[in-house]
Amino acid sequence: MSNEREPLPHYQEPLLQTPFHDRARALSQLDSFIPWSGYTTVDVFTTVEQEYFAIRNAATLYDLTPMVKYRVAGPGAQRYLNRLVTRDVAKLKVNRVSYCVWCDDSGHVIDDGTLFRLGEDEYRLCTAERQIDWLLDSASGFDVAVTEVTEQIAALALQGPTSCAVLKQLGLAGVERLKPFELRGFEAGGLRVTVSRTGFTGDLGYELWVAPEDAILLWDTLMTRGKSRGIRPIGSRALNLARIEAGFLAPNVDFVSAERTLRVGSSRSPLELGLGWLVDFEKGHFTGRRALLEERRRGPRRQLVGLDIDGNKPAVNALLYAERSARNEIGSVSSAMWSPTCKRNIALAMVDVPHITPGSSLWADVYLNRELVWERRMCRARVVERPFFAPDRRRATPPADV
Amino acid sequence: MSGAKLDAIVVGAGHNGLVAACYLARAGLKVLVLERNDYVGGAAVSRQLYENFTYSNCSYVCSLLRPEIMRALELPKHGLQIIPYDGGCTMMSDGGHLAIYDNHDALRREISRHSQRDAEAYDRYSRDVMRQCKFIKPLLLREPPDPASFRPRDIRSLLDLGFRLNRLGSERIYDTLRFWTMSAADFLDEYFESEIVKAHFAGSSIIGTALGPRSPGTAYVLLHHYMGEIDDTVGAWGFARGGMGAVSASLAASLRASGGTIRTDAGIDRILVHGGRAVGVVLHDGEEIRAPLVLSSMDVKRTFLESIEAKELPGEFVQQVRNFKIRGSSGKLNIALDGLPVFPAIPAGAPCSRGDMHVTDTIEMMERAYDDWKDGTWSRAPYIDMLIPSQIDPTMAPDGKHYMSVFVQYCPYELASGPWDAQQRKAFGDTVIDTIANHSPNFKSLILHAEVRTPWDIEREVGLTEGNIFQGELTMDQLLFNRPIPGYAQYRTPLDGLYLCGSSTHPGGGVMGAPGANAARAVLRDLGRAVTQ
Ligand SMILES: Cc1cc2nc3c(=O)[nH]c(=O)nc-3n(C[C@H](O)[C@H](O)[C@H](O)COP(=O)(O)OP(=O)(O)OC[C@H]3O[C@@H](n4cnc5c(N)ncnc54)[C@H](O)[C@@H]3O)c2cc1C
Repeated sequence: MSNEREPLPHYQEPLLQTPFHDRARALSQLDSFIPWSGYTTVDVFTTVEQEYFAIRNAATLYDLTPMVKYRVAGPGAQRYLNRLVTRDVAKLKVNRVSYCVWCDDSGHVIDDGTLFRLGEDEYRLCTAERQIDWLLDSASGFDVAVTEVTEQIAALALQGPTSCAVLKQLGLAGVERLKPFELRGFEAGGLRVTVSRTGFTGDLGYELWVAPEDAILLWDTLMTRGKSRGIRPIGSRALNLARIEAGFLAPNVDFVSAERTLRVGSSRSPLELGLGWLVDFEKGHFTGRRALLEERRRGPRRQLVGLDIDGNKPAVNALLYAERSARNEIGSVSSAMWSPTCKRNIALAMVDVPHITPGSSLWADVYLNRELVWERRMCRARVVERPFFAPDRRRATPPADV
Repeated sequence: MSGAKLDAIVVGAGHNGLVAACYLARAGLKVLVLERNDYVGGAAVSRQLYENFTYSNCSYVCSLLRPEIMRALELPKHGLQIIPYDGGCTMMSDGGHLAIYDNHDALRREISRHSQRDAEAYDRYSRDVMRQCKFIKPLLLREPPDPASFRPRDIRSLLDLGFRLNRLGSERIYDTLRFWTMSAADFLDEYFESEIVKAHFAGSSIIGTALGPRSPGTAYVLLHHYMGEIDDTVGAWGFARGGMGAVSASLAASLRASGGTIRTDAGIDRILVHGGRAVGVVLHDGEEIRAPLVLSSMDVKRTFLESIEAKELPGEFVQQVRNFKIRGSSGKLNIALDGLPVFPAIPAGAPCSRGDMHVTDTIEMMERAYDDWKDGTWSRAPYIDMLIPSQIDPTMAPDGKHYMSVFVQYCPYELASGPWDAQQRKAFGDTVIDTIANHSPNFKSLILHAEVRTPWDIEREVGLTEGNIFQGELTMDQLLFNRPIPGYAQYRTPLDGLYLCGSSTHPGGGVMGAPGANAARAVLRDLGRAVTQ
């Protein structure tokens, strides 16, 4: 790591720098950094639009290092994880990745994340929030070791239609054969890198995992070799647009971890989050199962849905009503944007039953800022299927050689 | 007393007496506040005992004062400013330290130095504490319901409480009930593994309390101190600019602005009772003042055992007042310093020295400190809550010099060896000064003046019986509908026209103002006046 200066102690500089920090700082034209999971990371490099379109048109680099990572290893690892998460981990093969959620005893989601099976008895769990406390409490009685390895691994998301082409430029032999949710180790040009075909953009893309010492080499190689494929670094704002189009949930935006909520009723179950497909009731006991069975029997009272809203003004924080006269409030929007790719005004929203079925029509209370004069508009909104954007290239193996 | 007839007399110009008086005056009543001392404020005072230094002689942190009260009584307009401070720390016997920072990431990395697991358990801990606070918060500015009265108001209020409890869901109900009765040590064990982390957070569970961290009931005391953090309003926790007397001064100004009167140097000898009704008071000099309503902000013992003849009261009631637990356990040092003391355990430049500093690094040490109290002596290794407000509030000390406030737990009201005297008081002060000096080599050489206060002194000066800082201990048997006496928890007393408005009543001690505000509302309700929240 070759940072320009020694970081100050935590009470003077609470945020850490990732191994890519110097490169990111040099390229960030706006000096626009935000905290993420204890690290300082780039919000915008140049303009949100340019960065966003690079995700949908070329290739982009996003520094993933702050994503919290745990190593879960030992003879009891699989049984432990099967108890922890709602999905059936026994079905996850070596070198495969799975998207998971895990709950507390009341069946409320603590976090979502990706689970990598690195070996017979070795997994990596990537999460949004730090939670060693919960993971260790859950481990009692299992022959398993759980350790946080966030600082030991540097990671970059390489996303976009030309991302596979960029990796081929690097000389990663056979990378095009990698299927979605598959991972493999590569060695090329003195670089040892683990590549997984995963991401948060809903597009063709990969995540690259290296030792922190190799971080700069990885970045520099990608930026040089990827130049002709239009590679550019992106910040969190552009990524956020892509993830809404892909219909992915953001913790603390679309739901709050049950480990954080103060108010009764603000935690969410996977069924409410529209993640019922991640819950496997047949696999045996897991934390939250009893509560979720009960909820499935009753049916959830509300659910997270996708909306398509009239007009082109993002319905940020809009309240939702059953009728135009705004008499019955039936939900609220948690993420909203004008989708430049779909040309639709889309949103993720928590909506009361029975208004959750695709085709249901609701009204959104949208506030418009017309040169500092605020106007309120009732806009018609329709419940639609997620994801909003799902190009075939995200699944195609091998990807088209663009 | 000349002029128009009085509607109400408030005995004691502590902050609660003043809050009650303010609400009554604003409702149009003619109110007179009588204070024994020649200054107002009770345990919320700022005094100059050494040239150009201002001490917060008793209370020193303004964390509990209800924002609703500050707003309703327009205290900011009358000069009150609360300024926040950042964090705090516990210095360890091995030269290490644990600091608390406002910034979440700085705090996580700090606690991680001691235990990574505790750093992350901290989020769960604060969540659970906040959940309990949120449950209690709506009860603060309300009369506690009387479970035995069966009056519609009480039944409604109980139903509401039950409804809210029910809404918590079964698990949280269990948590809540357990929480109200368990010990702070057991509570902290459910979250933390590191001794220093537990010791740091256990501190607030013993402040002002004649119990040890392992005594059942102390988890609630811990919560009581967090109550101020629950309001999302910024600027509710910190120092009152100008010391805690600024709270009382702004209340006095607010009271005068709405036509109320305060007389200092006017201690009452007794409350006049005629035919089961309070009808006025007699001052120490024999002057008689009459009014149809009397509100006492003195603690429940001082009110009923010292200011009213026993024959005027039901015998059983008097007995219950005698049994009310109000044991003194805290001392206080206020120190004028010639400069800033150095604490080698804290890294230079770390902001934690601007917050509350402690030197007790295990729960065991706290429990041993309590043992000394039980044996009738002050703790040989006391728990101290030490702050240097002049680092943040420039009005407390001359430039370059500093005022240090040191709250001391435990110190008994009566010594096993006999009454407190000047020599014993000095020995107690020296124990505290030596304790600090163990962590600060230049501390002693900076001392210009020190005010040393034992519970006995606090009783004499503030009138708090036995020097108990909360006007009665905050244990479940003395909270809510049990405070101060079951059946008399709604500010009314066995005597018509006599109300209690001090910290002996719900929701208890601390510079909160809620007892005063609730009592005033009870009075207005009895008068059939409109009552606003
Ligand atoms: C050393 C110490 C430190 C503390 N630290 C804090 C802190 O940091 N933060 C916090 O929130 N709380 C703190 N407290 C607690 C808090 O200060 C008290 O609980 C609160 O101030 C009590 O207010 P009160 O109005 O109910 O009663 P008091 O302040 O006790 O008021 C009663 C008043 O009645 C007067 N009086 C008594 N007898 C008579 C009489 N016969 N005639 C006329 N008047 C009479 C007294 O002089 C006094 O002014 C501390 C208390 C002490 C003692």
